[in-house]
Amino acid sequence: MTSRREVERQGAFSVEYAPAPESTAIVSLAPRYDLYIGGRWVAPRSGAYLPSVNPATEDVLCEVAHAGDDDVDAAVAAARDAWPAWAALPGKERAKYVYRIARQLQERSREFAVLETLDGGKPIKESRDVDVPLAAAHFFYYAGWADKLEYALPGARVHPLGVAGQVIPWNFPLLMAAWKLAPALATGNVCVLKPAETTPLTALLLARVCEEAGLPPGVVNVVTGGPATGAAVVAHPGVDKVAFTGSTTVGKAIQKVVAGTGKKVTLELGGKAANVIFEDAALDQAVEGIVNGIFFNQGHVCCAGSRLLVQESVADVVLDKLKARLTTLRVGDPLDKNTDLGAINSEAQLGRIQQLYDAGVAEGAEPYQPECALPDRGYWFRPTVFTNVSQSHRIAREEIFGPVLSVLTFRTPEEAVAKANNTPYGLSAGVWTEKGSKILWMADRLRAGVVWANTFNRFDPASPFGGFQESGFGREGGAAGLLPYLKVEKIPA
Amino acid sequence: MTERLPVRKTYKLFVDGAFPRSESGRTYPILAADGSTLAWAVRASRKDLRDAVRAARGAQPKWASSTAYLRGQVLYRVAEMMEGRAAQLADELAATGAAGATAEVDAAIDRWVWYAGWADKIAHVAGTVNAVAGPYFDFTVPEPVGVVGIVTPDEPALLGFASLVAPAVCAGNAVVVLASETNPLVVMTLAEILATSDLPAGVVNILTGSKAELGPWLAGHGDVDTIDLTGAPADVGVEMERLAADDVKRVVRPLGSAPDWQDGAQSPWAVTASMELKTVWHPKGA
Repeated sequence: MTSRREVERQGAFSVEYAPAPESTAIVSLAPRYDLYIGGRWVAPRSGAYLPSVNPATEDVLCEVAHAGDDDVDAAVAAARDAWPAWAALPGKERAKYVYRIARQLQERSREFAVLETLDGGKPIKESRDVDVPLAAAHFFYYAGWADKLEYALPGARVHPLGVAGQVIPWNFPLLMAAWKLAPALATGNVCVLKPAETTPLTALLLARVCEEAGLPPGVVNVVTGGPATGAAVVAHPGVDKVAFTGSTTVGKAIQKVVAGTGKKVTLELGGKAANVIFEDAALDQAVEGIVNGIFFNQGHVCCAGSRLLVQESVADVVLDKLKARLTTLRVGDPLDKNTDLGAINSEAQLGRIQQLYDAGVAEGAEPYQPECALPDRGYWFRPTVFTNVSQSHRIAREEIFGPVLSVLTFRTPEEAVAKANNTPYGLSAGVWTEKGSKILWMADRLRAGVVWANTFNRFDPASPFGGFQESGFGREGGAAGLLPYLKVEKIPA
Repeated sequence: MTERLPVRKTYKLFVDGAFPRSESGRTYPILAADGSTLAWAVRASRKDLRDAVRAARGAQPKWASSTAYLRGQVLYRVAEMMEGRAAQLADELAATGAAGATAEVDAAIDRWVWYAGWADKIAHVAGTVNAVAGPYFDFTVPEPVGVVGIVTPDEPALLGFASLVAPAVCAGNAVVVLASETNPLVVMTLAEILATSDLPAGVVNILTGSKAELGPWLAGHGDVDTIDLTGAPADVGVEMERLAADDVKRVVRPLGSAPDWQDGAQSPWAVTASMELKTVWHPKGA
């Protein structure tokens, strides 16, 4: 099959778009940001600051406080002070604060989207159309629960837990902050939020929004910093609830630290999702689903469809279509509105992707990458499809967290299930077939918290999300997303 | 004329529907209220525990895929058979000095009936259809986590067992249970009831012995998905919780220092504690 790019090279026609960069004028960055503790912006007692880098240019955007143990102490103390009044507030009043946050996010959506893209490298069309709207929706959804908690769990009376220590990753910085803060606030908890080291800026802007919303001081505190800051939040004796999204390795360490303390924990960890394509699928739609599944957000997605399982009878045609589609993906300036793949989030992450790519080659898998020019500066990785992959290869077992797809084949539905479930993870899975009974048969058997059938990477605040097995426990979204923040007491008969 | 000599019972383990002794050959004495020896119970080994987990893993998929109606009937059948042997259960409870033995047996049977009825209803309270902002049918269903390791309390031996095991099994899990250390006798009689009920072999496996010894092995076993620490001594529970982190096991912690077994222990959330939520999306379109 002739790719569009080849046709173009032959001079038949041109599909290159003119540059369409989003203006950054809407964002005004200070040279340095402090911590948001007890409703005030305070310099870190540690005295330390970290640079936040634009991964698309390697330019330092600004400096951000690196909170130490004393700073975490202060944040937890501020939260603890704020908790009794916040928990005692009638639900309908708490709801209005959370609604205010949702509305401000919508009103300042462009600013948030541009800042997210500057700080994290994701394409502006994703931050604009996915991250920011979903974050606002999340606050809006949970705001409405604040005064309806008595209906959340039949037969139970519910109470907030206290101080929630929340540690979030760099792949969806604002959205993960929303997933953590919204249910915690609605249920009457107070928060100490620790954004990721490489992407703190939208969480800091969100703290400004909380401030403007008039949220009582100490109800939301934001402590920026590195891994040690996160560890201090998790281990702090004044924290009643730990919520973590990130790697399985760190998640296990957190579960171990928290053991025996009585803290309630939820973990949303890694994944190695199978995206299963049957011969009776609508193949062109499936190819779009494969692309979305692995290249959305540069593959920096815990639920990414990173293992393609394609039925042998259609493997060749699916791979041809997929490779042709890859040549049309636009890699480059994340601020350009036509960009499909932006920058890799950090130099360290680029190194990890490269290392696993090299392992794939060394173990005998065959990589395919479309030709595409990459910018001179910044961190980039071409969209990659590995064929000739076996189940024992590292690229079929380990989470790459980058735009790298491993392709395996199967003959029968039973084999597809066995291969899909052959992983310690269990966050998500995809199924593509036009046969309804096969979808439900597969959905029953796939060991994953989310099954996308004839679609992929859909998220909604009303829809519970979370893992099986080593992908973690607890759900975010829906009524189920309230439970991690509640103490449940039985109503006596 | 000489008085008839009673036939005493040898208490063993309950694994994969059979009653093996420990491969280790170890036993320990069970004492009556007056300190005399009532019987010798098996002190299970690590190998026995591995056998029990293997049996549970093998039995679980079929149990989970049987209809909820069938699972409800099987559990109800267990309660029927408990009722028939209520006097024996009460005698064995009383023998180790448990107060209110008859009331405990009654409550245990009632609890079993209560959970039997949840098998085909738990999805009503834990499952949802989700109003997502787009043209998708999106629903969430509870599914059994798989293999659950349960530490039951020493007291109440029978009611504690029923309150923790019935919800996990009702959910479609297979279980490995550490019985009351001080009175496993009544629990092993319940095992005879389970063995002759319609419960498939391997769905419930019961080990007797030292919780301090068996608990960490259970928590460290890579083929156990959830551990329930309700009946674990505090220090053992902490160690188990730490071990559970090695493969991100779900941990059910005791509700409080002294759970209210009479009423507070009975809840649909005890069923969902050993379940996962699975969300399924499908586009709507002509």
